Amino acid sequence: MEYFFQQLLNGFQLGSVYALISLGYTMIYGIIRLINFAHGDIFMLGAYFGFYAITRLKFNFFSAIIFSMVLCMIINVIIEKIAYAPLRKKNVPRINLLITAIGVSFFLENFTSLKIIFGPDYQPYPRPFKIITFDFLGLTISSIQIIVFLITLVLLLILDYLIKRTKIGLAMRAVSYDKDTAFLMGINVDRIISLTFALGAALAGAAGVLYGICYPQIYPYMGVMPGLKAFVAAVLGGIGVISGAVLGSYIIGMVEVFTAAFVSSTFRDAIAFAILIIVLLTRPQGLFGKEEGIKL
Amino acid sequence: MINLYILQIFSYACCITISALGLNLIYGYTGLFSLGHASFMGIGAYLSALLTKSFSHYGYLIYIGAIIFSIIFTFLISYLIAIPILKLKSDYLGIATLGFGIIVKVLLDNSDKVFSQMGGPRGMLGIPNFTNLPIVLFSLIMVILFMRNLIYSKLGRNLIAIREDENAAYAMGINVYKQRLLAFALGCSFAGFSGALYAHLYCFLHPSNFDFFRSIDLMLIIVLGGLGSMSGTIIASFLWVFILEGLRVILPQAILDWRLVIYPLLLILLMLLRPQGIFGNKEILWLKKEY
Repeated sequence: MEYFFQQLLNGFQLGSVYALISLGYTMIYGIIRLINFAHGDIFMLGAYFGFYAITRLKFNFFSAIIFSMVLCMIINVIIEKIAYAPLRKKNVPRINLLITAIGVSFFLENFTSLKIIFGPDYQPYPRPFKIITFDFLGLTISSIQIIVFLITLVLLLILDYLIKRTKIGLAMRAVSYDKDTAFLMGINVDRIISLTFALGAALAGAAGVLYGICYPQIYPYMGVMPGLKAFVAAVLGGIGVISGAVLGSYIIGMVEVFTAAFVSSTFRDAIAFAILIIVLLTRPQGLFGKEEGIKL
Repeated sequence: MINLYILQIFSYACCITISALGLNLIYGYTGLFSLGHASFMGIGAYLSALLTKSFSHYGYLIYIGAIIFSIIFTFLISYLIAIPILKLKSDYLGIATLGFGIIVKVLLDNSDKVFSQMGGPRGMLGIPNFTNLPIVLFSLIMVILFMRNLIYSKLGRNLIAIREDENAAYAMGINVYKQRLLAFALGCSFAGFSGALYAHLYCFLHPSNFDFFRSIDLMLIIVLGGLGSMSGTIIASFLWVFILEGLRVILPQAILDWRLVIYPLLLILLMLLRPQGIFGNKEILWLKKEY
């Protein structure tokens, strides 16, 4: 029984990281209907920026997270301006945007694999704070888990405040609801889209550092699987729905940890996707998604 | 030596073309977004390899039998999968097929627990080398002929109608769901065919040959060539294979690592400059048909 609760805790830890990534997927999909395959690689960049901030620049943990968030924001906005914005203006089919996103993803993976950038090797991740473990009702809780929960919680609260209470959040919701009308209401749609990319990237950057701390090994292709899983989580919760993405992430995190613990670790990818397919077949809009009317 | 290498690349390009034509039938002509096409290639490859390896004393007879069997099997299995999955639309269909592709890869990774010959994560070794250039060329020409006749038949026109406007096609009396099922299963059986050829070309199979990235590669090829253009798919497949391999030869040793950096940049550039792909939806030579 204790083993079960211990795994529950591990599931929470993994789910928190997924939640931060999947929010970026869900916001970007919500606003321009793009499955941003490059998002997992932004997460990878975040992990590396944190790594260099801690090892080379001797930053402490919190400033490393902020450093990586800011750099990821800048890079994602630049990518958006160079790769996606010209395509959007040309009004090309959505598949082109998707292929471009895949191109960006390949570029980031292979460019950072170059020896002059990060190099293709696995790097051990530093742990910039002392790891203390507590015994609580027979469970072992480490300081890593507490820090991951707290940082995720704080970031989620900030995001929630931004989206629900500020003018920018209102504009974001308007654009995701109806881009053309939002434009007529005087919203600078391009700026809001850039801002969404920036927000998503900031969360992914933080997730990268947290992931590095939890599972201390990083390499340029590390973003692929967590990226796909987080995307699955976003779809599971109903893509475009913020709270859905968070809940979906915790579900996927739990499923993964429990499959690894009780079935076999080789099957954990398959089970997450099998659940996704079953959910999609019974509720195509996801667990918390709004049903879309048929467009004629 | 270099000639042998070029011949093998050429045969590989033929295999990829067959698979890509299948995906073009699914996505380019019918508009079904599929991100799991390589997994059907994997099913065909592993199935046929298992057969030829188990009954290798029959020689070419079992090779042909295995190819036919894997075509039929991939057709049936993709039809069965499509029955529930094709109820989903656009992006959701892509996600579901992507999920299916990953499930297939995980199953292949664990395949050695059931069939020890399949090797699981160590890869499948010792597949007899039956595929040669004449066979792949012949297969490719057959597939192109089949595809051309299919596209200009009633079914093909129905599929294009469905892609253009599902509701209008439905109103014209086309059974949208059934025609989609058929298109999906046919396209996947192309992939099974190409997988069977591929298995006996390289004589070595590994689950990562059929993962998510390979599915993406096929999607790239058909978008680059132009959706709904057979000529585009054929030329894009060959260009894709030869440019990726060619960069390996052309680039000096020092910047060989840049090969995979240049490739996505080319891709992004092409999407910006020519969003409709190389051919748009035009055809050339005898693939074109005047109405």
